[in-house]
Amino acid sequence: MNDPIWLMLVKGVLVFVVLVLLVLFTIWYERRVVAIMQVRPGPNRNGPFGLLQSLADGLKLAFKEDVMPRTADKVVFIAAPVIAVTCAFTAFSVIPFGPEVNVFGVETALQLTDFEVSVLVILACSALGVYGIVLAGWASGSAYSLLGALRAAAQVISYEIALGLAVLAVFFQSQLLSTGAIVEAQAEGLPLTIGSLELTLPGWYFIILAPSFVIFVIAMVGETNRAPFDLPEAESELVAGFATEYSSLKYASFFLAEYVNMVTMSALCVTLFLGGWAAPFPDAWWPAANEGFMPLIWFFAKVLAFLFFYVWLRGTLPRLRYDQFMRLGWKVLVPVSLVWLMVLAAMNIGLDAGNGLTTRIAFAGGAAIVVMALIFFWPSRKQYEEPAEPDAGMGGFPVPPLDLAVPPSPRALKELQPARAAAASDEDAAAATSEKGEA
Amino acid sequence: MIDLAQTVAADASFGEALFFWILAPIALGGAVGLVLARSAIHAALMLAITMMCLAVFYIMQSAPFLGFVQIMVYTGAIMMLFLFVLMLFGRDSKDSMFETLRGQRFLAVLLGIGLAALLASGLARAVSGLTVAADPAWATGAQTNVEAIAEALFSTYLFPFEIVSGVLTVAAVGALMFAHVAKKGGHRGQKEHSRERFAPGVYPGPKPGPGVFANSDSTATPALLPDGTIEPESLSDYVPPRQLTAAEAAPKHTEGRDL
Repeated sequence: MNDPIWLMLVKGVLVFVVLVLLVLFTIWYERRVVAIMQVRPGPNRNGPFGLLQSLADGLKLAFKEDVMPRTADKVVFIAAPVIAVTCAFTAFSVIPFGPEVNVFGVETALQLTDFEVSVLVILACSALGVYGIVLAGWASGSAYSLLGALRAAAQVISYEIALGLAVLAVFFQSQLLSTGAIVEAQAEGLPLTIGSLELTLPGWYFIILAPSFVIFVIAMVGETNRAPFDLPEAESELVAGFATEYSSLKYASFFLAEYVNMVTMSALCVTLFLGGWAAPFPDAWWPAANEGFMPLIWFFAKVLAFLFFYVWLRGTLPRLRYDQFMRLGWKVLVPVSLVWLMVLAAMNIGLDAGNGLTTRIAFAGGAAIVVMALIFFWPSRKQYEEPAEPDAGMGGFPVPPLDLAVPPSPRALKELQPARAAAASDEDAAAATSEKGEA
Repeated sequence: MIDLAQTVAADASFGEALFFWILAPIALGGAVGLVLARSAIHAALMLAITMMCLAVFYIMQSAPFLGFVQIMVYTGAIMMLFLFVLMLFGRDSKDSMFETLRGQRFLAVLLGIGLAALLASGLARAVSGLTVAADPAWATGAQTNVEAIAEALFSTYLFPFEIVSGVLTVAAVGALMFAHVAKKGGHRGQKEHSRERFAPGVYPGPKPGPGVFANSDSTATPALLPDGTIEPESLSDYVPPRQLTAAEAAPKHTEGRDL
């Protein structure tokens, strides 16, 4: 990347503006899509289709009173949202939006910066973003905030491991750590011959690395604290988790960071697994689709599709319990990723034509056998055993019997037969002294 | 024969020098702050700042992989674990400045200066007079930074690397063993909890608050269950129970009603 300085500045500002606009759009988009899923209109008052709703909300939030708790550690309390937002925005700098284009006579890639190991920038930024959460909880000087921060940090760190292992498979396959180069590596098709039929599948990694793709998508939702993994905030259960003591612009910063992270993770997933800015059809159909500024359309279409997926999850799935969530992360995603990496390594050696036939058969066959064995001999879920002594209720759970005759409600009795109800209520008036409306 | 320090100084571009002079004081400030900070969390944050500055130095010296791994592993994972532990201590725990041993502070400063001088002179002797090796493969572009590290790690230094990972695994498993407490009576699932809750003699609903269904609002008055019996859990351990006489417990007809 040898851009002139003015171009770097323009790109930096553009990335910032694009992210802020995307955040404003995503909040509106999320609310509208969830509303449609729940058969209600959603925000539709401010601006066309309610598009200015999130802008209005943001402005309102910024003008609210900024409360500093008496027990807060002032410097850290102010630094925490700054860290969260900075890390969220920095991570987007290595996402490629498109191929090389000509801007005012300068050939440049549609990407703020790219270098040998640029994917690691995103991972490092998400690792540092945890500091924002943890410090926010600690600096608030409140036990609720601290517990919320520990929950959030444990969640993000756990899912970061699964996320990193999923990304490792991409490094493995492409032997590259640069976002731009990974996108270009996916442009080559995947030749496939079934009998006499010769196909060229898109070389996007979500096909070859399907398990990694699935793990990445799950881990990405956990990493960005989104439903069904939104345990740190859990609107309906907790107050606001680590952000309990925050107000005004600082509170808004955490949500800005969360939405920016959502966009970044979607963009990273598109870059690593869905061909980045490449058009979603063969090159031969429309060769100009992958040149100039056209790929911006494909890139943002893919990112928006992912954001829709996020919203879809939120509208569909109930929140997990914390222990179930941790079990999924540590006991399912991490071991599956590790086994899959080993299998991938063995298959790569086995499919490499440069090796001898025996080696190839041994590695490819060995990998296949290991996977089969794991699937067959994996201990199945514990079956339900009929209890020795039958329970009173349905299927062992003590529930009321189906033929339960519910006694008529006293209020209904009173309305129907006032005289009889008065007599009945006089009898138990001694027990029910709290009922004051009678007589 | 070129001196290493001179080569580095001569090769440094303007940008590199600029960033060095900006970040070096910050890194040093973080290190000093680590020692001087009274609160453990502040000390840990100062250390994190120093680590970040070091990572940027690695990146400036064309070792981007090492730099980002430093951020991810040291700042992101290890310092975070430190923070976790420190936070659970409580935020009011601060270093005590009381000198328990007489003259300890003076001796500590003296020995600290001595150690610093020893280290500095040793390092200076070790570094001065070093020659720059012929361009290694990664410097000429024949091998990327990541490949060079991988080759060193998985060929030359494979054995130490494996030993270190083994030691770390043993340490982690050992910590788990120490911290693990076996649950008594095995795991109770949702079914067992449900049975227990609905067992005969147990009221399954939420417990009423103190004074509910009672004639008095004193905290010494026990709560009554819907069937009129006293809810034992509403009796405070500290407030002596007040036994009402039959006359006291009888309704006072305060609402002007006759039975």
